Amino acid sequence: MTNHTEVLDALSDVRDPELDEPITDLGFVSELEIEGDGVFVRLRLPTYFCAPNFAYLMVADAREAVLSVPGVRRAWVVLDDHYASDEINGGVNEEKGFDGAFPHETESPDLEELRTIFRRKSFVARQEKLCRALLAQGRSPEQLAETRLREVPPSETFEKYLERRGELGLDISPEASLLVDPDGKRVPGDAIVQHLRFARTVGVSIEGNAELCRGLLATRYGRGEKEGVKL
Amino acid sequence: MYEKDGEKYFVVDGHVHYWDASPENWIEGQEQYAKGWIECFYGYHQLGPEEYYWPMEKYQKYSEETMMKDLFEDGYVDVAIFLPTYLKAWYREGFNTTEQDAVLAEKYPDKFILNSRFDPRDGEEGLEELERKHRRYGFKGVKLYTAEWHNGSKGWSLKDPEASRYLEKCEELGIINIHVHKGPTIWPLNKDAFDPKDVDDAATSFPNLNFIVEHVGLPRIEDFCFMATQEPNVYAGLSVVLGALMHSRPRFFSKVMGELLFWVGEDKMIWASDYAIWHPRWQVEMFVDWDYPQGHEFDDFPRLSTEGKKKILGLNAARLYDIEVPPALRLPEAETDAQSVEPTVS
Repeated sequence: MTNHTEVLDALSDVRDPELDEPITDLGFVSELEIEGDGVFVRLRLPTYFCAPNFAYLMVADAREAVLSVPGVRRAWVVLDDHYASDEINGGVNEEKGFDGAFPHETESPDLEELRTIFRRKSFVARQEKLCRALLAQGRSPEQLAETRLREVPPSETFEKYLERRGELGLDISPEASLLVDPDGKRVPGDAIVQHLRFARTVGVSIEGNAELCRGLLATRYGRGEKEGVKL
Repeated sequence: MYEKDGEKYFVVDGHVHYWDASPENWIEGQEQYAKGWIECFYGYHQLGPEEYYWPMEKYQKYSEETMMKDLFEDGYVDVAIFLPTYLKAWYREGFNTTEQDAVLAEKYPDKFILNSRFDPRDGEEGLEELERKHRRYGFKGVKLYTAEWHNGSKGWSLKDPEASRYLEKCEELGIINIHVHKGPTIWPLNKDAFDPKDVDDAATSFPNLNFIVEHVGLPRIEDFCFMATQEPNVYAGLSVVLGALMHSRPRFFSKVMGELLFWVGEDKMIWASDYAIWHPRWQVEMFVDWDYPQGHEFDDFPRLSTEGKKKILGLNAARLYDIEVPPALRLPEAETDAQSVEPTVS
């Protein structure tokens, strides 16, 4: 039989697309129940008016993640206390898609475009984090411009960077340049400092946003006593 | 006016509300949204210090006496700027309209600056309404919500030709301060409010207007920063930045301030309490005492001097709204001259 840890492990791969952090770390998973081959997951968000497109992505991704666990055949993921809970829950669990859930309210065919925007941002932020660590270890910006992926020492930060880089369809072969923009173009040596300065702002923005959401979740659901379900 | 360590600060609060979110004002059938909205605000409220929390009942609707005391007696505010939020789809009389604000603004003309709104989707009628209201109230600024839904439309852009007609009208009437809400989302689906690029275009097309980006595009400040750095008439409205982060997330607050000081600069940052989401008192006190925390991660952010804090807390907004600052509270002349000198890059 499927156990909690397996399901939670799968859920920890689901990230808030905007905050680039696992929904399990953010405290968004408030309940998890397993019965035979069926799994029930309850999610919650920091405010009643959190953007429904991001909410939809998380609920849909969570359902997909749960269904990917061996032995799980049925999954229900519901979002609580949101102004569009009914539409989102119906849309995801009945597999209607975002447009089906919000008829006449959306304009683009699906949410992939939105997901891509934030994947690119998180790619930039993860790259900056990695470069900051490499600079702190004594490399110069000029050296970074020449660095290839095979020359980067292994670390969790590097792994995370490669993962996102791969998701964007960019070259992750050992000979590829470390510093490329979200389109895969190499950043020239004389543009590195500026490139990293921009990237840092993107990182601060994502990080600050996550902090704001954590704060709001805590004011909404109480501090400490009602912690989210964690691994 | 706030005084600390012999320094005097002229305080202009750039964004205040006088709202009515009490159940009596909820529209039948829309109660869940009206209630959800004020509860959402209440969540933000609790990111401030605990001693300033209000019970929900008071938070839904507060009195004139409360507001006058909080802002002008306890909160150090010299002049407060009203920015309306209509939300007439959920609140019978609106959440916080120009008309509601006018009750106080007309009673205390030296204390408040009244502002209005427009929505280009209101077409010809809206233009006339703007002009009529301007004749009645003589305001110098408007608050715009580009993400707001309206008759089946899912938001609008400052780049739209209809918006240009409204901005031309503003210029003609002397409504020079355009406050654009680019912050925590209200009701966006695919057409999101997170992209401030339309402000960029409008700021270039209308160099005589000032564009104050409220909440600096939070949570996505980077898009705002990259844009504001290129436009001389784009300002950072700091409401929510101080209120939501300075007390509850001080290290991140410092990073966000560092980024804003780097990209936008102290001459173009405008503080606002967002009252009654947060009380101005603690914000003014804490900001005057603020400095970067210990740690190398803050090393290369620009420092903020006492003069810089004076600008952010009041002098910048006073300049935009032509508010008379008592001579003793102005910056020394030499200081003002120095602003026009290009900083040396080290």
